[in-house]
Amino acid sequence: MDEHKKYPNKLGIIGWLGGGRWGIERYLYTLHRITGLGILLYFCLHIFVTSSRLFGMNAWEKWMGFFKSPIFKMGEFLVFVGFAFHALNGIRLILIEFGFAVGKAEEPVYPYKSSLNTQRPLMVIVMVVAAVLIVAGGYQFLGFVH
Amino acid sequence: MAKKTQKETDIIFYIHRFNPDVDSKPYTQKYTIRVEPGMTVLDGLHLIKETQDATLSYRFSCRMGVCGSCGMLLNGRPSLACNTQILDITMKNLTVAPLPNFNIVKDLVPELTPLFEKHISIHPYVIQNKTDEMLDPTGEFYQSPEELTKYLQFSYCIKCGLCMAACPTLATDSEYLGPQPMLQSYRYSIDTRDDGFDKRKKVVGNTHGVFRCHYAGECSNVCPKGVDPARAIQLMKRELVLDYLKIKKHRSTSFIMGKPEGVKRRPEIPKAPPFTVEQK
Repeated sequence: MDEHKKYPNKLGIIGWLGGGRWGIERYLYTLHRITGLGILLYFCLHIFVTSSRLFGMNAWEKWMGFFKSPIFKMGEFLVFVGFAFHALNGIRLILIEFGFAVGKAEEPVYPYKSSLNTQRPLMVIVMVVAAVLIVAGGYQFLGFVH
Repeated sequence: MAKKTQKETDIIFYIHRFNPDVDSKPYTQKYTIRVEPGMTVLDGLHLIKETQDATLSYRFSCRMGVCGSCGMLLNGRPSLACNTQILDITMKNLTVAPLPNFNIVKDLVPELTPLFEKHISIHPYVIQNKTDEMLDPTGEFYQSPEELTKYLQFSYCIKCGLCMAACPTLATDSEYLGPQPMLQSYRYSIDTRDDGFDKRKKVVGNTHGVFRCHYAGECSNVCPKGVDPARAIQLMKRELVLDYLKIKKHRSTSFIMGKPEGVKRRPEIPKAPPFTVEQK
């Protein structure tokens, strides 16, 4: 059996992105990972930019001027959106990991209901709070609040 | 879900083919069959094999959703071919592919060996410290209906591999245990007859264990038996955290319930037939 050639059928990153009739929690999973990587990238850039102060006031001013452009303002807003989603969804995941909101084991009766149904109200609340935060943040970033 | 029809319909099957002796990578082959209401995907594959292409390979056994052999990717969703009716999921085209996250042996046959190896690694059996009692039983280990309910749901697993194919974490991390073995680790650890939590936590609590699960929940969505691996994994995480913080409640193993004393046999119950082999 083992000497036969086999084809590796790993989904890889495509496995994150879909390609199927998936549930909403799977998209949150993907978004959680993407926003996590985005925040990590921002963190690296942030360290790089703030370290420019080591090279004198001129270098600092140059970088700060560079980031005043509208594109970077929009980028900052996207970082905020990613952060708001990642933080709140992370709280949901921590609660679930401690066994809250997933319910107890029960006899499976068709049509099956799973822990996903049990935790869905929590997911809806968390996403509503994230949306409110993002909208409030949008007001700030778009300059309605000074 | 497509609207169910009561008429016979022509359905085009796009089947992923791969012959390891000839092909370097899988390709798609098209077949058209006449589908009657109630026909399952497995029925469709049988029809294709009987009438159009005898070289088509797929795995099946019981044909009634019990053995877990015919797991396939049907229109992008891991499902059992035998309990999925064609007209429930499509009115026109049906893509049939082998389960992802497993190597392809041939056509629609995945290599499930990693699933079974990981399953074995978590010690999927009751580990009992009372070795004397295990070798020479004096009674039964008592378990209340409430204690049974804690793991009964998780014991319905048929090891079909659908949850492993649906898991996005397993798609990028081959070392990750996956939903099925982690589910089993909780199923046995929560069993009141079992003393094996400490042995299993070394396997499921490591880098590629339960804490890599971020609750995509797809394992529970695709499970054909309603076993809910996602729930078991989260509950296992809680057990591990409580154990790490040293606040896990000590659970004593089931007591041994001896044979009833002072009870007379009811007359309507017939005597057991004589032994057919010699007793020591």
